[in-house]
Amino acid sequence: MKLLLDSTRCQGYGLCQEPAPGFIDIDEWGYAQLTVTTVPEGSEEAAAEAVAVCPNSALRLVK
Amino acid sequence: MTGILSLTPQGQPTVLTPQPPGGEDLPRYRAAGGYAPVPAPDRLLERIATAGLRGRGGAGFPAAVKLRTVRDAPGDTVVVANGEEGEPGSVKDRWLLRHRPHLVLDGLRLAAAITGAHRGHVYLADPAAEAAVRRALTERPPEVPVEVVVTEHTYVAGEESAVVRRIDGGPALPTAKPPRPFERGVGGAPTLVANVETLARIALLTSHPDAVAAVATTHLVTIAGPGSEPVLVEAPAGTHLKTLADLSGHGRAPAVLLGGLFGGVHGAGWSDLRLDHDELAAAGGALGCGALHFLAPEDCPVAAAADAAGYLAAQSARQCGVCVSGTRALAETLAAVARCENGEEDTAKLLRWSTQLPGRGACGLLDAAARIAATLLTHFPDRVSDHQDTPCAVCSAAPPLDGNRLVVAVP
Repeated sequence: MKLLLDSTRCQGYGLCQEPAPGFIDIDEWGYAQLTVTTVPEGSEEAAAEAVAVCPNSALRLVK
Repeated sequence: MTGILSLTPQGQPTVLTPQPPGGEDLPRYRAAGGYAPVPAPDRLLERIATAGLRGRGGAGFPAAVKLRTVRDAPGDTVVVANGEEGEPGSVKDRWLLRHRPHLVLDGLRLAAAITGAHRGHVYLADPAAEAAVRRALTERPPEVPVEVVVTEHTYVAGEESAVVRRIDGGPALPTAKPPRPFERGVGGAPTLVANVETLARIALLTSHPDAVAAVATTHLVTIAGPGSEPVLVEAPAGTHLKTLADLSGHGRAPAVLLGGLFGGVHGAGWSDLRLDHDELAAAGGALGCGALHFLAPEDCPVAAAADAAGYLAAQSARQCGVCVSGTRALAETLAAVARCENGEEDTAKLLRWSTQLPGRGACGLLDAAARIAATLLTHFPDRVSDHQDTPCAVCSAAPPLDGNRLVVAVP
């Protein structure tokens, strides 16, 4: 599964990192930065939570 | 006045053929072999693939792969001639549209034949180019309906997803990928967005089957810099940048901005580089749209980098937060270096941003700004650190101007 970030939608809420600290960083301006593109095995639930928690739907998961 | 100069071997067909005032009309274009019967589309595609034609908008993606992908996509397809060149140092696309509109429209016709498209668009911002294209469309109505779409002249307006968005009635601003236009483009249809020089080369190699490889591997290059008039050059791939510099009065340049603003600033060793996508990429640069801006011996590379980054920061589409913040940080820090107001930590920040920011925006503008910082630090570490101790006379005399000196006039 791939995690995609639409950087035009990321408003820097920073909420996505909490459920997925292993593959989402928050940069010095508060914007999300993916550290992987393919979701690590066993982390699908964390990725789904990160997607769900973004108030601006900047993240999505694709098969 | 920007000049034009062809470096193609004698007898080889050129796209940079001087034209009478008013540009190339239909009889003249036909006399040059244009609008010949369309060859079998599969064979033409094969010819483009074998010749190794790469897109001339900046990314250098193989033209045949893009054509084939759109051809093989289900349902209706659309072709777009992209003539909005946002790089301030490039003039080739507007020159082609103004002086040889039929060559571009012929290429669009052939691209439509290959992909099976039932409609096309010519996308541009330059009023003189628009007039020339409209006149050409009246002279010879195209087989498939072609609509001229006028956009604004900005750095990002020619980015392919911005092209699609604008043609669909939206703002000329990039969107996140995927999907790319060849998957879902104008009106949702798979769309070929092709740079006008790419299309011109497809037309020229079709009318000159004996010179396919030469036409496909020749480049239009815009050369500029202080001290000499800019010049639009047509040169074979593999031409040494030193040759181009000597011919345009920049033989003593200490550095060059490559690829418009996309390939960074290169110092010692630039003269060994050649006009070649892969070679320039291997050197940490990019050929991009083929624009070269040489520095004069008395110029300061820090000032040039600050100027280029300032231009990019001002041209950010302001959609991606990371681009707004990232380009501003790069530009302000480079300007601080130029003003002798930086410390060690600023150099460290520039280095970190130059590796962490690429790939994070919806388009390549942020990558371009990051590459300017990266190449400055790689090629001119001493010049950067010198600015920490002593104010630079050049930077003090000519503070960064937000890139206005990078703009070249269309010949």
